[in-house]
Amino acid sequence: MNALWSDVGLVVSAGTTLVYGALGGIVSERSGVINLGAEGIMLMGAASAYLTDVQTGNVWLALAAALLSGILFGMLHGFLTVTLRANQILSGLGVSLFGNGLSAYVGNSVVGVPLSVSVPSVFHVNLMVWLSWAMALILVIWFYRTRWGMGLRALGDSPAAADAMGLPVSALRYGYVILGCVLMALGGAYLSLVYSPQWVQGMTAGVGWIAIALVVFARWQPLRAVFGAYLFGGLNALNFRLQLAGSHVASEFLNMMPYVLTILVLIVVRWMSRGKPTGQPLALGTPYIREERQ
Amino acid sequence: MPVPGSDGSVQVRNESPTRRFPGYVRTFISSDRNLTVKWAIPFLSIAAAFVLCGGLMWLWGANPFRVYGLMVQQSFGSVFAINQTFLEAIPLLLCGLGVAWAYRISVWNIGAEGQFTMGAIAATGMTIYFPHLPSVVMIPSMMVVSVLAGAGWACIAAVLKAYLQVNELITTLMLNYVAGLYMDYLVYGPWKDPKGFNFPGTAMFTPSEQLPTLFGTQVHIGAVIALVGVVLYAWTFAKTRWGYELRVLGSNPTAARYAGIPVVRQMVWVMFISGGLAGLAGMCEVSGVTHQLQHGLSPGYGYTAIIVAWLARLHPIGLLVSSVFFGGLLVGGYSVQTLGLPSSISLMLQGAILFFAVAGEYVQQYGRWSWRVSSQRGGVS
Repeated sequence: MNALWSDVGLVVSAGTTLVYGALGGIVSERSGVINLGAEGIMLMGAASAYLTDVQTGNVWLALAAALLSGILFGMLHGFLTVTLRANQILSGLGVSLFGNGLSAYVGNSVVGVPLSVSVPSVFHVNLMVWLSWAMALILVIWFYRTRWGMGLRALGDSPAAADAMGLPVSALRYGYVILGCVLMALGGAYLSLVYSPQWVQGMTAGVGWIAIALVVFARWQPLRAVFGAYLFGGLNALNFRLQLAGSHVASEFLNMMPYVLTILVLIVVRWMSRGKPTGQPLALGTPYIREERQ
Repeated sequence: MPVPGSDGSVQVRNESPTRRFPGYVRTFISSDRNLTVKWAIPFLSIAAAFVLCGGLMWLWGANPFRVYGLMVQQSFGSVFAINQTFLEAIPLLLCGLGVAWAYRISVWNIGAEGQFTMGAIAATGMTIYFPHLPSVVMIPSMMVVSVLAGAGWACIAAVLKAYLQVNELITTLMLNYVAGLYMDYLVYGPWKDPKGFNFPGTAMFTPSEQLPTLFGTQVHIGAVIALVGVVLYAWTFAKTRWGYELRVLGSNPTAARYAGIPVVRQMVWVMFISGGLAGLAGMCEVSGVTHQLQHGLSPGYGYTAIIVAWLARLHPIGLLVSSVFFGGLLVGGYSVQTLGLPSSISLMLQGAILFFAVAGEYVQQYGRWSWRVSSQRGGVS
């Protein structure tokens, strides 16, 4: 029984970063804005939280730092994609590279420095894990049980209709992009403060991208995203166990598994849902210009 | 905007600022835009990115002028530096050309990094499994296998997109990690040089497996290959029927389908070329520069290539200029490590350049900062 619980714990702790990342992606994409900057934003969240933790010894300030970096990057991506109506893919790639570079620069002074305080646990479960569950639940209720959630879905499917309903399209998109980035940054903070706990340049190693793939796998639904994230977390835990047990497979092949699985999962999802709607917000990736014919 | 002429035929109103250029130049300039602004934006976005990142460095207690001074000096300040810059520019140009092919038809290949790696692996595989071939056989066959490996790697994503609508952004990126890990497996495992003092790399290539260099410089023959690639790229899109079809496909896929252009087949072919060029870049790198397959072969050429292509607006001449510029940026990035700063400063600059360039398109399309008000905007019609 104890062994089982420790396995569950391993799966959950390995999957939590992805839960945050995928939820962040869903929030942003539901409002019609793709955010490919996840990798860079997670790294920024991880670096800023770790740096603040080491410098101040206060874990709440560390989380606030991650929050702040999420807000700043959200404002940047929002400004480019909503106000300037820039190509969302390019903007996201730019944010990703920029965050990658800036985080390495910012975190350079704390490489190899041990963490001073970690995030506390409540009932043997880390507070950030509780928060990720709470966020998933809140988002489900928000999406399907509130007026604002309905507005959000309209925003992603038909911004013109949302506009006609009297919703401030640009302001809302800004808000959701920023919220999405904050979640991603928190995922990064979880990685550096709780899961690892250390700061290494480029430590996410593609987790941000896997999170973006999970959004597609989850069909833009929060609970499915949690499920998918723990699937990948389980894979990570399995990988960890196999390497500890000294398996005969080279570790590089084990490390390849999440990336290969991401592709396989996407293939299976598309194959099973061929001919059916994918659940993708209809206006995803298109900027909204009020005067323009739809 | 077509208007009926006096004889009833439809003419194109002859007021576009691009009319004075010959056809092969005009192909790469969309009409009805202010040319000066268009070509100023890449330079302005580079300047803005340097200012922003300089500000961030200053905030973090580094002297940006010293950092930038060192970067310029180490990348363009001497014959050796320029040599290094050009060496970095060759893979950037080949990969940039590769992604430009894909972006012309709006296929988001961000997997040049993995395609580059697979090309390098394939070329090294030739040297390991078929040693002692004469140079005239060895070099061309290394090129062929590297092109096939890179193209095959890209085609995985292309086929999945074509037949299952799997998003190519995610697949190409995931395949980057897979290729990188596979290369690590090879250089740490079966292909490791037993005499290499445990260094994660293969045995050094023999001279017959190395690309010849040009005129006593370090720059290898890959530069010529890349230039030929640029010419072929320009020629295809400006002069050939196929290039025209691809342009139609890029600007309006629906129209292309109705016009009978085989969209799926074209896409797979373009990805084949795109990946093949990146694979060739990988071969040039192992055979021309490092002379072995080693861990950390690429400092992110495939990712930088995306910015190279976009900053150039997918224009062939622009590709030449921007690949040399980013080559210099990479070389300069390595040099800042002597100041105790991480070389990822160049990554930060690249990201900033990309989003300033993306923002610049707004200025060009909608901004008031333009010398001529476009007829499509303003005024009720």
